[in-house]
Amino acid sequence: MFEIFGIPSTALFGQLLIGLINGSFYALLSLGLAVIFGMLNIINFSHGAQYMMGAFAAYLLLQYSDIGYWPALIVAPVLVGITGVIVERLFLQWLYKLDHLYGLLLTFGLALIIEGVARNHFGSAGMPYTVPESLQGGRNLGFMFLPNYRAWVIVASLAICFVTWFVIERTRLGAYLRAATENPSLVRAFGINVPRMITLTYGFGVALAAFAGVMAAPIYNVSPQMGSELIIVVFAVVVIGGMGSILGAIVTGFGLGVIEGLTKVFFPEASNTVIFVIMAIVLLVRPAGLFGRGS
Amino acid sequence: MRKTIGLAALAAALACGGANAQQVNVKIGVLSDMSSLYADIGGPGSVVAAKMAIADFTKDHPNVKVDLISGDHQNKPDVGSQIANQWYDVEKVDMIIDVPNSGVALAVSEVAKQKNKIFIVSGAAASTLTGPKCNANTVHWTYDTWMLANGTGKAMVKTGGDTWFFLTADYAFGHALEADTIAVVEKNGGKVLGKVRVPLNTNDFSSFLLQAQASKAKVIGLANAGGDTINSIKQAAEFGIVKGGQSLAGLLVFSSDVNALGLQTAQGLALTETWYWDMNDTNRAWTKRWHAAGAAAGKFPTMIHAGVYAGILHYLKAVTALKSAADGKAVVDKMKEMPTDDPLFGKGSVRVDGRVIHPAYLFEVKKPSDSKYPGDFYKVRATIPADEAFRPLKEGGCPLVSG
Repeated sequence: MFEIFGIPSTALFGQLLIGLINGSFYALLSLGLAVIFGMLNIINFSHGAQYMMGAFAAYLLLQYSDIGYWPALIVAPVLVGITGVIVERLFLQWLYKLDHLYGLLLTFGLALIIEGVARNHFGSAGMPYTVPESLQGGRNLGFMFLPNYRAWVIVASLAICFVTWFVIERTRLGAYLRAATENPSLVRAFGINVPRMITLTYGFGVALAAFAGVMAAPIYNVSPQMGSELIIVVFAVVVIGGMGSILGAIVTGFGLGVIEGLTKVFFPEASNTVIFVIMAIVLLVRPAGLFGRGS
Repeated sequence: MRKTIGLAALAAALACGGANAQQVNVKIGVLSDMSSLYADIGGPGSVVAAKMAIADFTKDHPNVKVDLISGDHQNKPDVGSQIANQWYDVEKVDMIIDVPNSGVALAVSEVAKQKNKIFIVSGAAASTLTGPKCNANTVHWTYDTWMLANGTGKAMVKTGGDTWFFLTADYAFGHALEADTIAVVEKNGGKVLGKVRVPLNTNDFSSFLLQAQASKAKVIGLANAGGDTINSIKQAAEFGIVKGGQSLAGLLVFSSDVNALGLQTAQGLALTETWYWDMNDTNRAWTKRWHAAGAAAGKFPTMIHAGVYAGILHYLKAVTALKSAADGKAVVDKMKEMPTDDPLFGKGSVRVDGRVIHPAYLFEVKKPSDSKYPGDFYKVRATIPADEAFRPLKEGGCPLVSG
């Protein structure tokens, strides 16, 4: 047992692991944002509200239909993804040709409405949701006690992130998507239904947010403002990683989670702001973000 | 001719006015957190409580006319003091009440002093409001950090929790609660092994709980409130803190927090409050009226809502006795002169430093099997009489206290 900067090494490794776990939430959420921005050029400010909808969907499914955590992991994202599809068809499809600002304003307004309705109905203290039986408890790793649920969070996020990255960067479907973003009319000329692909992509991004929400429900307070607290940090993560880069969002998400975790050990009062300080520095040095391609 | 009739009418009107009791006009503002982590402990529920108080008072005093407005301070002291300034100056508000956030409360207290208006604190906790930062225009109702520290803190030290580690919300309230509890712990022979300051509205406490676990302190003191407390307790259960032998001291827990946690997670928590909806028939009847007056159906009133109701009643009694709400300091002096006797908090008084004295109660959260109906959260462990529950007058450091 040795000390690093006055903190025992065991404590440090514990904090690093916690940082990785938090990073997996950032990675999941920024992945959804990066997919939506990279493919659709829409800055989806309602991402936090959709994350919250996922958590509330899990709570409501348990409360009224006795559908537990494991089925909710699939059902809730599908349900929220469908609302995403509706939003895209009704509102977003008219905004693609316009400045980014319009998409941002619309989704921001939507986020406020969704949050307000939720708070009106459920209050702001939050609703109870417990860790599922099969994931309760934990194991003592020697340097820290790791709850089983947190281990599951890392594994699930890594898996989803990898699958998403693989589909978009390495499969034909992903190639169509990327081509459709660069040159929609040419891709349409080949007979590919571009509008439907775009709609489903938005739905998928929203479903990713809702999936993160279901994963968060057992450990974070399921309250209407849970999304707005997280979304600002997630946007910083996406900006640092590069707005359109999938790999950038994933790597930056995990990396910044670790950095925030370290800050909590050495200077906890700054743990809220360290990500924004890094964002400011990165924007000064590399305006397109660490992995961004630049416009 | 018209002038004569006009003068005659004016004379008649004045004569009529003299015969009835004099009309007293008052304007009250409920300033609360309507949209964030404290919205359930104060928020719209406080506005409902205020409306009830005004309705109950004006029923017996028809010559008093009360206007009510409400606003959201968003937990930001600059927003809160800007609203307070605008209300006192432009909206002609005479008294602001509630403010569940100690940072905002300290700011509004200053504004009230500058404008010689009144500020009744029901929501905020920092004992500094009746300590070094006291003034002649502020009355601190319901509870404060000293009472919490001496209720919950002392109870835990006396039952064997003699080493502590603090998770503190990094603003005025957290610091005050931490300082008061440390004083109690050390006075009763305990030791503080460490503390960590956490930004307000933090989602994830795992890193801080890990530090608390590593310290091996017997008690982990949660010097935070609202959503922060809920997250801390929920995640502490996840990390097996209580199973590992440490206990959690929820230094400020409201019934709405217990509702959000669920009894499965919250059972056994010891907490101190000055009012609980299910403690007696009067409180239950009031809660029924609170729901009927527009509060959300699944929620239960907290002691802050009760404090808003009681504070407004006592204030209106003082204003009616003085026949005017204009001079803030005079009304507060009247409030300090009259003993408080309202249906919710019982008999008490307002001290020189602005502190309202009434009994406090040590509660314990019930096990799920003991809870018979929704809202059946607490059992009473002990009653702390009014003269012991709050900090002695001389110890506060308030400039208004002579000697």
